[in-house]
Amino acid sequence: MGAILKRELGSFFSSATAYVVMAVFFFFSGLFFNAYVFASNSTSLTYVFSNMFYIIMFIIPIITMKSFAEEKKQKSDQALLTSPCSLTEIVLGKFLGAFIMYALCCAIFLVYAVVISFFAAPQWSVILCTLLGTLLLGGSMIAINVFISAMTESQVVAAVLGMGVGLLISMMSYFVSLIDVEWIKTVLEKISFLNYYQNFTIGILSFTDVIFFLSVTALFLFFTVRALEKRRWS
Amino acid sequence: MIEVKNLTKCYGDIKAIDDISFTVDTGEVLGFLGPNGAGKSTTMNIITGYISSTSGTVTVDGSEILESPRETKRKIGYLPEIPPLYPDMTVRKYLEFMFDLKKVRLPKKEHIEEIMRLVQISDKGGRLIKNLSKGYRQRVGFAQALLGNPPVLILDEPTVGLDPKQIIEIRKLIRSLGKKHTVIFSSHVLSEISATCDRIIVISEGRLVADAKTDELSKSLGKSQKLSLTIEGNSADILAEIKKIPGVQKYVKLRDISEKTAEYSVEYGTDNDIRREVFSAMVRINCPILEMKSGNESLEDMFLKLTQNAGKGGR
Repeated sequence: MGAILKRELGSFFSSATAYVVMAVFFFFSGLFFNAYVFASNSTSLTYVFSNMFYIIMFIIPIITMKSFAEEKKQKSDQALLTSPCSLTEIVLGKFLGAFIMYALCCAIFLVYAVVISFFAAPQWSVILCTLLGTLLLGGSMIAINVFISAMTESQVVAAVLGMGVGLLISMMSYFVSLIDVEWIKTVLEKISFLNYYQNFTIGILSFTDVIFFLSVTALFLFFTVRALEKRRWS
Repeated sequence: MIEVKNLTKCYGDIKAIDDISFTVDTGEVLGFLGPNGAGKSTTMNIITGYISSTSGTVTVDGSEILESPRETKRKIGYLPEIPPLYPDMTVRKYLEFMFDLKKVRLPKKEHIEEIMRLVQISDKGGRLIKNLSKGYRQRVGFAQALLGNPPVLILDEPTVGLDPKQIIEIRKLIRSLGKKHTVIFSSHVLSEISATCDRIIVISEGRLVADAKTDELSKSLGKSQKLSLTIEGNSADILAEIKKIPGVQKYVKLRDISEKTAEYSVEYGTDNDIRREVFSAMVRINCPILEMKSGNESLEDMFLKLTQNAGKGGR
């Protein structure tokens, strides 16, 4: 696992991927920070985080699109799958690589908190709670996108599909208001990522929300292992 | 060392390989021969655990790939048809990665240096893999397979795309590796296999059509030997005289060269040599032999024969 994690991070930073992703992430978060904190004379990062939700949905497929699709295409997966590493190790290595990359992007929020502290006392508890939520949300989105990448050989397909899924997840709350059938409404509400995420952004740390994101992550990592296993048998 | 039993792999309705069984002894270099698409790579992919078989088992040094994949995979060094390289890495970084991935327990730096020396890429350590030529990429792939000195080496067409000089070097390397490792290597080039391997397995359309020692194979398949002769004299007398020689299976006049001389072809069993008898018989009837050529059936002929028969459904 360590070897794969190291290689993943190495490949992010030896190519333009890491820098482009970070630049876009910092640009938008800076934009939101400027608009919702400086321009509106507030010390609350809540709106910055809730708006970042959409950016995260688009940036994560870019981070993960390579993970398995590229390996399959250039046949380097043969080296991974014939090495004495279990599939779980391989998937975890890939996941953690992408997650660390994402966590580095999120570290910018700490800088914003420090910037706020020059003007007024920031609400550290709220900020750290939101940061945790952002990391958990990112973790589950990365797991979903790693799974998508394991299903295809084309990076473009993986990225587009991942963004589509991200968009669908973002619009879940909107669908809830459109549909009249009660049970579908309930189901959609229960799986709407935004619902769970918003609790974090206003500083509510609830066990349910944490468990929700952790289980989505675990579920899709499990699916990824199964997808790789299936490829071996077909 | 390696035992393959009743291996079958189906892709939907298509049987890519069909009930293949063979064993490879320790220290043996086994050639895996077959036309393109015969199922060579599929078999190798199953042995190394990249894909699973539909039925059948593979045992490497006592451990089975499905039961204890980790141990088994640790014993195998695999060079797939397309070397599994990461173009964005330098050669040394890549080998370090593969070293960690394979969980090798040897001194890292020294071992990598040693392997790089062995495949002659010591001076390429700092180069990006994407900037290397095909031959060097193949060598990096080779180096990767050798990491950790696995007892079994599986090489899928290691010489494809190399220039003649490199091919000779790689063959020499395989030969020398055969002293310490058990090697299976595939090719569709016959001369290569016969030059490097102790034993040959021929597969065609997913089935095993031959399994024999390299020198035995051509002998056992060529059940008869051929003699082509150019003799001066009356052809009726000559043929009658040839007929009398014991051991002759087939004799035929091929063509007239001039008024008096003609070409003949004689086939006889492998157990006795009739050349002396032919000579003395021709002396008896006073017909001088102008040319005599004996030809063992070449590996090439035999390969075509084997694979064509398999194609017709026979074995």
